[in-house]
Amino acid sequence: MAEVLVVVEASSAGDQPTVKKVTLELLTLARELGTPSAVVLGRPGVAAALTDKLGEYGATRVYTAESEEIDGYLVAPKAAVLAQLVRQVQPAAVLLAATQEGKEIAARLAVKLDNGVLTDAVSLDADGVATQVVFAGSTIVKSRVTRGLPLVAVRPNSLTPTPAPTMPRVEQIAVVVDAVAKLARVVERKVEAQGARPELTEASIVVSGGRGVASAENFALVEELADLLGAAVGASRAATDSGFYPHKFQVGQTGRTVSPQLYVALGISGAIQHRAGMQTSKTIVAVNKDAEAPMFELADFGVVGDLFTVVPQAIEEIRKRQG
Amino acid sequence: MKIVVLVKQVPDSGAERSLRNDDHTVDRGSANNVINEMDTYAIEEALRLKQAHGGEVVILTMGPDRASESIRKALSMGPDSAVHVVDDALHGSCALGTSKVLAAAIGQLEADLVICGAEATDGRVQVLPHMIAERLGIAALTGARKLTVAGAELTIERQTEEGYEVVAASTPAVVSVWDTINEPRYPSFKGIMDAKKKQIRTLALADLGIAAGDVGFDGASSVVLEHSMRPPRQGGNKVTDTGEGGVTLVEFLASEKFV
Repeated sequence: MAEVLVVVEASSAGDQPTVKKVTLELLTLARELGTPSAVVLGRPGVAAALTDKLGEYGATRVYTAESEEIDGYLVAPKAAVLAQLVRQVQPAAVLLAATQEGKEIAARLAVKLDNGVLTDAVSLDADGVATQVVFAGSTIVKSRVTRGLPLVAVRPNSLTPTPAPTMPRVEQIAVVVDAVAKLARVVERKVEAQGARPELTEASIVVSGGRGVASAENFALVEELADLLGAAVGASRAATDSGFYPHKFQVGQTGRTVSPQLYVALGISGAIQHRAGMQTSKTIVAVNKDAEAPMFELADFGVVGDLFTVVPQAIEEIRKRQG
Repeated sequence: MKIVVLVKQVPDSGAERSLRNDDHTVDRGSANNVINEMDTYAIEEALRLKQAHGGEVVILTMGPDRASESIRKALSMGPDSAVHVVDDALHGSCALGTSKVLAAAIGQLEADLVICGAEATDGRVQVLPHMIAERLGIAALTGARKLTVAGAELTIERQTEEGYEVVAASTPAVVSVWDTINEPRYPSFKGIMDAKKKQIRTLALADLGIAAGDVGFDGASSVVLEHSMRPPRQGGNKVTDTGEGGVTLVEFLASEKFV
């Protein structure tokens, strides 16, 4: 079977780098298209911490390109190394995560190889036909790369990762990075603590607060419910613009796009700006005191009421059930 | 410093948007077309840099004739002039084709700095800044929530999923910005009047030395096979809290096995 390259994303939030869930999803998807090979691009030593997990999800090979040069510059060195690898192994497809970095690597790779690129796919079939959901979730598009191989960035949470253990063969690949790929220097990397909460785009459950939460202090209530459910915390633009919660947690048109199993919207009216970022969530639950809030049109279950009485009661009820 | 700001005209994201049934491109005919919101932050950032460091701000748009409405609106915020790449052969261009055209135009303009929005509200693809930088062999500083310029040295704070990165490069460079970077100004009455007199230079593909077959549908590197409307979500059960709202909510979550 033909080789399918999966570009690995790792989280550096913990002590040790860990494979992001989206990469496990990509490996699961790659198994349906061919034989998955994982590609680790990072600083020296990073691959060793990731290889077992990659094998657990079916990577038969792990190509590792480790260098300070890869880590020290923005995106371009990764694309350069990946382009060399693609030319060398002639894979059947290249899959990346549709994250900021994944899409940027794909962009440069597309130019280097003069190869079409599709982003934000929610599925990809064996014929290379990708499905995308556009215009705030209102329109489904099926498209295909017509020049070159399928180069596709897939949205996190588009499928459920399943293990398929194998012993991967690890192959070091040479890192040759020319000066033009080293123009944007990463001077500093700051990891901002988000405690034990899962990463927003990777989370199976997201609890978000909007204008109705009314203050930064009140977001503690959103966080409390999120922590009980093992969820990530999100916020609407109205909430982040008002300074209730940091911008990086903004879900919506100009923020992050999430597609969790469960999305809980607290005090969010459901403007198109917000819906664009969460409309493909599997199950949506809303609490809002305005019975006419557009969010109720999307919600599988809605409570018309004051979130400051409904949510504390829900928290108490969950605690009771969890014993 | 010569700053080129990329501006895209998009269908208003607050209204109904659709793709054309004949060729699956964005239906601009039926839509209310506006400046891509993120691009207004790019314009604002460019104007602030000009104010602080001097220089010139030029709007660059690729799009059909009617995109000139958005260019005028962009100029009313204060940029000096605009370049509009317009050519029938551009219709149906993929991102690779678009980046080829914009890179050629930026090259002709001899920009020191290119600023653009981090993504457009219609495609949300985020690939153009790096494609343009790759073609021009210049730096790309993308996803900026803060931009600092000291002489020819640019430094951004780039928002990441886990925090942020400080990334630096020298001009010439492409910088893409999020809406957290500033608060765009509203055009003043004087700005609107002045914009009417500002020059909008139009360029065709031939002016950029690009063959028609390399862009548009003929040169596209990907194809949309079909599109369909996604069935709208059906609102489910909606209950009014009469004292048991929180419990009812948890009962629903439990029935779906989330609790």
